[in-house]
Amino acid sequence: MGGPIPLETWEVAAAGGLVVLNAILSFRFRLGQETAWLIAGARTAAQLSLMGLVLHFIFGQEQLWLTALAATIMLAFAGREVMARQARRLPWWQGYGIGVGAMLFASFTVTILALNTVVRPDPWYAPWVALPLLGMIMGNTMTGTALALNTLTETLYRDRRAIEARLALGHSFTDAARPAMRHAMRTGLMPIINAMSAAGVVSLPGMMTGQILAGADVGTATRYQILIMFLIAGGTGLGVIAAAFGGSRLLSDNRDRLRLDRLSLLDDKSVAQSTGNTREDDTR
Amino acid sequence: MALLEVRSLARPPLLGPVSFTLDAGTCLGIEGPSGSGKSTLLRALADLDPARGEVFLNGTARNSMPAAAWRARVCYVAAEPAWWAERVGDHFADEERGARLAEALGLAGAMDWTVTRLSTGEGQRLGLARALAGKPAVLLLDEPTSGLDRDAARRVARALERLLEDGGSVVLVAHDPALLDSLAARRLRMANGRLEAAA
Repeated sequence: MGGPIPLETWEVAAAGGLVVLNAILSFRFRLGQETAWLIAGARTAAQLSLMGLVLHFIFGQEQLWLTALAATIMLAFAGREVMARQARRLPWWQGYGIGVGAMLFASFTVTILALNTVVRPDPWYAPWVALPLLGMIMGNTMTGTALALNTLTETLYRDRRAIEARLALGHSFTDAARPAMRHAMRTGLMPIINAMSAAGVVSLPGMMTGQILAGADVGTATRYQILIMFLIAGGTGLGVIAAAFGGSRLLSDNRDRLRLDRLSLLDDKSVAQSTGNTREDDTR
Repeated sequence: MALLEVRSLARPPLLGPVSFTLDAGTCLGIEGPSGSGKSTLLRALADLDPARGEVFLNGTARNSMPAAAWRARVCYVAAEPAWWAERVGDHFADEERGARLAEALGLAGAMDWTVTRLSTGEGQRLGLARALAGKPAVLLLDEPTSGLDRDAARRVARALERLLEDGGSVVLVAHDPALLDSLAARRLRMANGRLEAAA
């Protein structure tokens, strides 16, 4: 088996032709996504190239503060992505706080644990290990967190009458919202459980494929992939649970009320429609 | 001492401020046009929505009691009760008591029914039975007979009379003058979120 197969810029650009092809198909079938295809393709190339340059610089410095700064920026963007994927938005700073808090708790805990116990690079924060590891764990935790939070708000909204019927009978908010919490957690965890179940049978995970293509030993690539899957699973689990508890706490108050008036509907012109007035109509 | 005392309860701009007292064993009837704030008042009394003002039960301030304990004692029944389990009986902590109450409301054997087969009227009566099963001190009823035939409405009125005889109290929001006449010792009218004497 040889080393990495060299890849020229024009070869990557040729693969980009597939994105252009999709844009043409979108135009042909009037899907209205041609601009989105081209912008997304250009963003992928630009963002990853920029990231490559940044990582090249950071890897060369091997400074703890620089690694921490890069990790913080990644976290800030991930928090924004979680908020962007919500059909019913929590108040911006509180929702952003839940997303960032859940990922900070989950991704950083798991990454720091892995760096100090399993991977053990020297120094432990070596950016060429820490940042890719954190990126992979955070990317998956972000998906789980966003899904859990979105499912929680949607389910609490959909089942609001049943939840309030239980509250009215003297049930605690924890009991009344438990089915919604369970549904949110299950939904948030499903992608990683599916990915683990299908790994190696239905799909070859991207990291393992990348390592093999880059000339790494298959055995080493496999062991690293299994490790990464387990770390992602750990991070996603923690993130989903933290997001579900944080979200349900935000949508209740100290008198065990369901506070859907704190949600706003993204695709609704009027935020007010999903607050006091709508609830008043609902209860009549 | 009044069983329930309400002082300046308000939820701007929908409600109040409203004040009234309710003695044990009595029913306060509230009528008024749709959108006047009747349901808002009941929800605020049950502490389901945040509201200003004070509410006391037997002299104990609402905020000094845990919310769940307050709602178990001051129980709100919506016009269309909602369900969270498939089987009717699973909504009752004491199924035997629930079965007796349901039978008194003309729904013998209802504990084993699935909630998807309930008609509006059956759902209303079972919602009332579910609330009565918890032995509340005050029942907050929102249009309890709006979807019922005459016989079913009579059964509901009888169940509420029994609650009043046992020392319970009822705040009854209704458009049905016959029901208000038969149960409510005192009647008030809600208009633009304010309570006034009924005409």
